[in-house]
Parts: sequence; C-alpha cells; structure tokens
Amino acid sequence: MNEEHDLTGILTPERRNRAHLIDILQDIQNGHGYLSKAALLEVAKFLDMPASSVWGVATFYNQFRFTAPGKRPVKVCMGTACHLAGGQLVLEATARELDIEIGGITTDHEFSLERVACIGCCALAPVVTIGEQAYPRMTPTKIEEVLVTIRPAAPEKEAGTGSQP
Amino acid sequence: MTFDELYAQARSNWEPLYDSQITHVLIGTATCGRAAGSMAVLDAFRHGIEGLTNTVRISEVGCIGMCSYEPLVIILKPGDFAVCYHHVTPQLVPQLIEGYIKGDDPCLDLALGTVAGGGSEAVYIPELERFNHETRLLLRNCGYNSPLDIDHYIACGGYKGLDKSLHVKPAAIIKEVEKSGLRGRGGAGFPTATKWKLCARARNKTKYVICNADEGDPGAFMDRVLLESDPHAVIEGMSIAGFSVGAHRGFVYVREEYPLAIERLKTALEQSRQKGLLGSNILDSGFDFDIEIVKGAGAFVSGEETAMIAAMEGRRSWPEKRPPYPTESGLWGKPTLVDNAKTLAYIPLIMQNGGLWFADIGVKSNPGTVLFALAGKLANTGLAEVPTGTTLNTLINDIGGGVRNSKQFKGVQIGGPSGGCLPESLLDTPIDFDSLKEAGAIMGSGGVIVMDEDNCMVDTAKFFIDFSQRESCGKCTQCRIGTFQMLGILEDITKGNGSLDGLDNLKDLGEDIKSASLCGLGRMAPNPVLTTLRYFRDEYEAHVVEKRCPARVCKDLTAYYILPDKCEKGCDHCVLACPAEAIFSDEKGLKVVDQSKCTKCSSCELVCPAEYNAVVRLSPVSLVPGDRRTRPETASKESK
Repeated sequence: MNEEHDLTGILTPERRNRAHLIDILQDIQNGHGYLSKAALLEVAKFLDMPASSVWGVATFYNQFRFTAPGKRPVKVCMGTACHLAGGQLVLEATARELDIEIGGITTDHEFSLERVACIGCCALAPVVTIGEQAYPRMTPTKIEEVLVTIRPAAPEKEAGTGSQP
Repeated sequence: MTFDELYAQARSNWEPLYDSQITHVLIGTATCGRAAGSMAVLDAFRHGIEGLTNTVRISEVGCIGMCSYEPLVIILKPGDFAVCYHHVTPQLVPQLIEGYIKGDDPCLDLALGTVAGGGSEAVYIPELERFNHETRLLLRNCGYNSPLDIDHYIACGGYKGLDKSLHVKPAAIIKEVEKSGLRGRGGAGFPTATKWKLCARARNKTKYVICNADEGDPGAFMDRVLLESDPHAVIEGMSIAGFSVGAHRGFVYVREEYPLAIERLKTALEQSRQKGLLGSNILDSGFDFDIEIVKGAGAFVSGEETAMIAAMEGRRSWPEKRPPYPTESGLWGKPTLVDNAKTLAYIPLIMQNGGLWFADIGVKSNPGTVLFALAGKLANTGLAEVPTGTTLNTLINDIGGGVRNSKQFKGVQIGGPSGGCLPESLLDTPIDFDSLKEAGAIMGSGGVIVMDEDNCMVDTAKFFIDFSQRESCGKCTQCRIGTFQMLGILEDITKGNGSLDGLDNLKDLGEDIKSASLCGLGRMAPNPVLTTLRYFRDEYEAHVVEKRCPARVCKDLTAYYILPDKCEKGCDHCVLACPAEAIFSDEKGLKVVDQSKCTKCSSCELVCPAEYNAVVRLSPVSLVPGDRRTRPETASKESK
C-alpha cells in the first residue's frame, strides 16, 4: 500500500554507479520486502538511468519481486531432488490449502506463496520453508497439517473485523 | 607477524581442543544440519554443559557430507575415542552429556562410528565402508574444523600454500599448477594453468580474480558446503591465484539463496584481514590483495563467466561472445581470471604438496578428485569426494548406499539441467570429463541425482527443460524458442497427446539448440532430453503409443484406484483426506474414486492405512474397471 519507502540509508553517494544497481535493489528488497514502483523510479533517478533499464535488470533476476510478500512467505522448493520426491504435489496442496495461486498472497496478508529453484537441502526433499523455518520431507497431507497448525485462528479475525463499527 | 608465528599461535589455540586436553563437542550447523534441527541441538548442549565450561567446549562446524544422518554431533574426549553421533535431537542431548561427557558410556546405540584423522590428515569414520572409496581433499576439514575460527584452518596446514607461493615467482606457481594437470571444476574442464597463463600474460596494471560460487544447478550443493564448512580454502586459493596473475582485487560471486555461506565467508574474510593474510603487504611480501563478496540475484545463466561479469557490472546477465576471453578483457574491461570455487580450493594443497602429488591422484588425463552432491533416491544422500576414474557404480552403491527402500534403480542424472541421464548399463563408466562427456553427461558443476522405478524419465526430462526454458536469458533464438518448443512437445507426451514424429522433432530441435547457442546453458540444455531419448526411448514410446506412464507419475495418464478387495469399508480416511470430494462409497460401503472429479493429488494414497494399502495408481487410465469410474447417476442429483 505505502509506496513511499525510505531509501536514504541505501542510496548513499559512494553507490552512485551503475555497478551497484543490483546490490542497491537487493538492499531495498531486504529492507522492504519487495521493489515498489516508487523505489524503482527513485533508483533510476539516483543512478541517472532510464527507468526502463532499471526495470529490465530487476525483472531479469528471479530474486526480485514487485508486490509485497506475506508476513510469512511460503516457499516450496522445486529443485531436482524435491521434484523427484513429489514436490509438485506439495506445491499444489499448499496452493489449495492457502487458496491462492503461485505468486499470490492471502487476503489477511499472512502468507504468500512462491516456488523456489533449490535451497540446497536436497537430502531432506521435498522441503517447504515458511518464514525462516524449514519443513523437511513434506507430503500433500503433511503440509496441510503444518499450515492448519500455524495459521492464525480464523474466528478471532472475523470477530475482529466484525467489531469494527 | 611472520607465517611461522601465526602458525605457532594457531597451534596453541587448536591443540587443547583437538589434542585430548579438553572435551570438545562439534555440532554440524551447515544449512542441511540446520534444516534437520541442529540449532536446537546446539542450544541443548549449551544449556546442558553450564557449569562444565572449564572442561567442555562446543564448536559449530560445517558438514561432513552425510546429510541423511543430520543432525550430527562429534564428541572428542581426552584419552578416549572421538565418537560421531547421528540423528541427534535435543531430547537425546542429556543422555550424551551424562553418558559420555560426564560418564564413561560412549552411548553406542546413538553412534555412527568413531572419528579418525584430523590435523594434517583428512577426517574419516573407519567403521563406514564408504570412506574406503573416498579421497577427501576438499572435504578434509569439513565437519571437523570450525569454519568460524581461522586458527583451526591455519593449525591444520592452512595458508602454508600461500606463504610458500609468496616466496617464489608467479611463473613458478603457474608451473606447479600446470604440473598438477588440474582442470576447472565448473563443468567445462578447461586446464587451469592455461587460463592462469593467459591472464598473467595480459598487459594491464589492473586485473581481477573472480571465484564462481554461483551454484545454479537445482540439486547441487557442493560450493555451499565448501563455503559453509571450509571457506578459508577458497580464500587462500584466490589469494594465490591473484598473486600468480598479478591481480589485487578478488570477488566471490555467490548465490543470494545461500545466506549462511555468505555469512561464514564474511567472517572468514574478516579474520584473514586481521591476521594480515588479506589486505596490504600480505605476510610482509609486498603483495596486496583483498576480496569482496558479490551476491547473485538468482539467474542460472550467471554461472557462465561472461554473464557473471555482466551481472557484476549491474546489467542483465547476458553472455557475451568469446573471444575476447575474460582473461584478456573481463570485468570493467580488465583482464579477469574466473575460476570455480572448487578449482580454487585445490590450489593451496597443490602449492603445499606439489603439482606432481596432485597429478598422481585419479586418472592421468584429468587428475585429482571430484566432489559430488548425492541426492534423489539414494540411501546416503550428501556429499562424496572420489578420485577421478572411480566408477559411477562405486559412487552410487558403495558410497551412496544404493537405492533406498529396496526399490529398483532406474537412472542417474549427472550435471543437473546441463547434464545427462544414464541408465544402469552405464554404471561402469569411470568418472572423468571425457568418459562422461562421451556418455552424454558432464562432470563438475552438477549434482548426482539417482532415480528409481517410481520416477518417470519423460517427466524428469520435462522438469529440466522447463528449468532451462525459464532460465534462458533470451539472447539466442534457438535456446529461447527451441527450449520452449521442446517443453511443449514433452507436455503433449506426458498428457497422452504425443506422436512418434514428436520424438524425432525433439531430437532435431535438441541438436539445433546445441549447435546454435552461444553459452553453455543453451548448448547443454537439450542434454537431459537427448540422453533420456537415447537410453529410455521405451518410456517415451509407452507414453506416446500406449498412453501409459510406466512409473505412474504423469497425471493425465494415471488414475488413482481403490482395490475393492483391500478396502476396509469402515475406514473413512481417504474420504476425509480428499480435497476434491471425489471419493464415495458404493452400495457395499467400499470406497470408489470418481475419476471425473479426482485431481490426482495423492492424498488418498498417503492416508490409506498401511495394513490395507488399498489405493493404487493405474496407467493407462483405461485399466480402471468400467463400473468403478464415476459415481453412478448421482452426479446429476448432487449438482442440484
């Protein structure tokens, strides 16, 4: 919602060089969770580059996202070992349980869903990470259980919104 | 400080810990250990030894390469055996503390074996057969010495190679590397010394060294383990490379997805600077060299050297035409040496022991060892390091423990999306650049992924092409459009819409992409398809002709079916688990899957109690008896 991200600590004079473009974008995303349009425009101005070039670089790399992630991003590993161990079924089950598409975010902004290339824990395939926590050896039924247990209780939410005048 | 003084200081810090003067607990906290819960084990040990801090020390270490046994803990006890424990949980920690740290019971029921070696020798577990087949050069310190304390590395011979190098002429170092016969471990197998010579010869005051740790293969984690477990080996290798070619600045290009590797590398760089092993006037030699970390933003193509340089310059990671090679004109137009992290990590050992020592390991044409990440359906997943010339059979069966759960071996993918898939009949192939290339796979950059009877080779080929297609940078038409077309054909095949002509088209397209792409990603992207077509054509044909997926993986060709004679009517597990409400009871109370509603999510198969085991997968779908396919006539009632 708020696109006015503060970039003062990131756009420092010694980084006013195109070579720093990617690490500037990485710092913005680490701080704010994603790259907003306003932030990209500010970076373009700062580096004296056309906004389209900044956009072109940002969209080239898998790391960058352009919408806010959920409070707890859910990442389903789609590396080779996870794929062979049934990662696709886990991904589909996760999408079904969260009721969002890949790349989407739940309406309460709690979870977002992404597929990631490989997180390097192939021995524990298939792996799902939620926030900082890794969940090894998932199956469609196991990930559903995990999500049900960690999901904030829905009735409270409803009561909360209901009590608003 | 001179190197001898640094060494003496390091020994005095290291010896009490590793030389039986104090009980020392080593806990593997690399990424794989953490995912298995090692941080909770570390906490439990920290709490458990409160009050014993004078006699017990804890160190976080990297990974010994046995990921399937994580969390791993090694306890070194004065005057007693060093014991390695596996699958340690916080609940088991009090038992280990009371048993072996305070008492004399080595808790053998929790032990994997004793630990031997260490110091100047590689660490191994003599009870495990796999170590008889391994030669651990890169892994020698991994999971034993602390990557967080530079003294551990120095005390075991670290930085000796750098000290030695700084006392000879750069040309003599390159000569030594040439004698070693070392070939780059990034996949292409280019002779390392040749590259170094070219860069040394380039006339420019400013030169750079780049360490390529952008491990993009989704199934390989050797560089990650190396950086997390023994980062100084890479740093030392880079410094020697810098001195040899005349560079003063180095960069480690590492995936952003490896936060722990980045953190440990950062710590290691700081400690090297503090000891005067990086920075200006290293070890009073007059040589200046420092290293920065560059975090890759996630693009498989960045592993190609010219694409990596483009990324470092803040551009899209697009490969460039070579020549000019980076050794002539690389980063910011300056001569640049780009070497893989594993290649660089061999250099300190080569300088310490001499090139001929290295040339004697493995096969003559490409000597040394190869570090592999073993994953997939193996019993022992993790890392293995074998001399070149070792057969795939030894790697997979003697070290990897064979296929787990007594399933049937089907194939092995070597080299990730750029590699090839080999059948059982080729398991006698020796592991070296040339033999593997001939068989259609590659050595070096990738992991080793073993597939069993439950894996579909067409689906696997589709998975890799899907990956390459997503990761194609778009520069070359054949790679950009060709991989997309190949994916389309494979999708048709897995949906039962393929044709035999399609198989020929796949082969032709694959050959075109190979010959008309600029970089390795494109040139090798068709390998998984071409090798599966070559070795597993019968599986393709089963999909196309019989509409049958032999492994029962491809959803459109597979049906979930509940065996009436095995189903226990009173049990409703599958009905409750089915997210599509596709399972109903027939007139006898036996469960039936309504094929028109089934989404093939496998939930029913997972929840069906093992004593019934009533849910099976059938392929082709026509095997499902006609009277048990859909809910009889109730469908219309329900929709009202």
